[in-house]
Amino acid sequence: MSFQRYDYDVIANWIEPGERILDLGCGDGSLLRYLGEVRQVRGYGVENDPERIVACARNGINVIQIDMEQGLAGFDDGFFDHVIMSLSLQAMRNTQGILREMLRVGREAVVSFPNFAYWRHRQAILNGHMPVSKNLPYQWYDTPNVRFFTIADFDTLCEQEGIAIRERLAFDEDKVITEEPNFLASVALYRLGRA
Amino acid sequence: MTEQSVGIVAPQTAHFNTPLPLKSGGVLPEYDLVYETYGTLNASRSNAVLVCHALSGSHHVAGVHADSGAVGWWDNLVGPGKPLDTGRFFVIGVNNLGGCYGSSGPNSTNPATGKPWGADFPFVTVEDWVDAQARLADLLGIERFAAVVGGSLGGMQALSWTLQYPERVGHALVIASAPKLTAQNIAFNEVARQAILKDPEFHGGHYYEHGVVPTRGLALARMVGHITYLSDDSMDQKFGRSLRHDKPVFSYDVEFEIESYLRYQGDKFAGYFDANTYLLTTKALDYYDPAFDYSGDLVAALSRATADYLVVSFTTDWRFAPSRSREIVYALMHSDRRVSYAEIDCPAGHDSFLLDDAQYHAVLRAYIDNIRI
Repeated sequence: MSFQRYDYDVIANWIEPGERILDLGCGDGSLLRYLGEVRQVRGYGVENDPERIVACARNGINVIQIDMEQGLAGFDDGFFDHVIMSLSLQAMRNTQGILREMLRVGREAVVSFPNFAYWRHRQAILNGHMPVSKNLPYQWYDTPNVRFFTIADFDTLCEQEGIAIRERLAFDEDKVITEEPNFLASVALYRLGRA
Repeated sequence: MTEQSVGIVAPQTAHFNTPLPLKSGGVLPEYDLVYETYGTLNASRSNAVLVCHALSGSHHVAGVHADSGAVGWWDNLVGPGKPLDTGRFFVIGVNNLGGCYGSSGPNSTNPATGKPWGADFPFVTVEDWVDAQARLADLLGIERFAAVVGGSLGGMQALSWTLQYPERVGHALVIASAPKLTAQNIAFNEVARQAILKDPEFHGGHYYEHGVVPTRGLALARMVGHITYLSDDSMDQKFGRSLRHDKPVFSYDVEFEIESYLRYQGDKFAGYFDANTYLLTTKALDYYDPAFDYSGDLVAALSRATADYLVVSFTTDWRFAPSRSREIVYALMHSDRRVSYAEIDCPAGHDSFLLDDAQYHAVLRAYIDNIRI
């Protein structure tokens, strides 16, 4: 099972059938498509990449082309059951703003991100190079990522912002990591609520 | 499949004897609608697509008229292998009531007087047009459109279709449109109307009987319109400050190339379009406001819709700005409708919707390909 699919299963487990879902940075819409199949969600994606807009249209996914950095003005408070941002938070500049917006328009937020403190990444840095891995597949000069943070950093931010961590799962590939996740996990998934 | 033209096409006329009640309270006792069709209606009559025209458009959406060589106004979209593929869909274009291309309008004969309707042609609204189009659909045996498509004022008709006849529309493609005009937008229309109304040859709208046409007013109206259909950048790129004589000659004759362009466009338009149609159509634009009966609540107004939607806007369109399209998108989303929205980065302003920008057509093609028939 690929990681991507594992990520999807965790998210699907946090979602009740028939929910209203907003997927921020929805790519080609494959997560929404999956959630449509297994949870019959009423899903909308947000993207700003022209090619991905076309891909979503091709996949029959509701996609709305806006720049998330500008926030989610126009989306009503609490309209969505879950607002998802899968492996995109690290590519957003306005980190605090978008987290606030996610919990404004959604009852809960689901966030996943690559853990920059993963031991292999630490090893790369120790060897003198920026990490390049399955979940950080870019060179330093072409990466779309603009925020580099760890599981520990994100926990601190949630506390600071008054965001309740309802559930957290950390993974190395498709393996659940319970011990020392900030060292051993490459990716973390969070279910967040308003504290 | 490579893109092809639908080839030579010819308009048809349908006559309707059943009076059409209008939103204004008036009634059109009988009327003609001129229309064209492209492609073939399938056996289950499920592949019909209606294309609604904007302010100066017509039923001639695609293909070529044999006599004049005129190419349809949305020929780049409609045809075999094109995004709206006539190999798959049966596409209909219809000239709206009040028009000047053959459907009943101010320049056609008022059956009560035997003279041209002129200013006596009743006010028609977007809703009235949709009602008339629905009767044409009845006549053609189309119970339900796979899609209704339109840009600008045509987008308003597509949206209105889904509210007036929700069970008769599968998808609505609402392009470069708005849920209602802003004060600024109405203001532009009012300048255009005043130009026509104040032309000494307007004669209260009965200029046909005087054998004249208020061409100066109509040309001026078109000039104002043209400015608003282009973007600042596209105008600058096309004309800049180019001078015909390479230097100022201190005259009110054409000096700047943009003046030449506007005068040419204005005069050309005044040579074929009807001034009363322009007046009526701009009023239809101004009046359109589906949320009016819902205290301005667009979500409530859209609650009876059942269609799926694609909304498209263009970054440089300031006459029907992206923010206006987003109002439609958010209202549809909050009404739990399926809706997608693309904001196309195209430099050509409002006119972008008539062009074949690659991203624009890619989005339309991807969306339309998924329409089940």
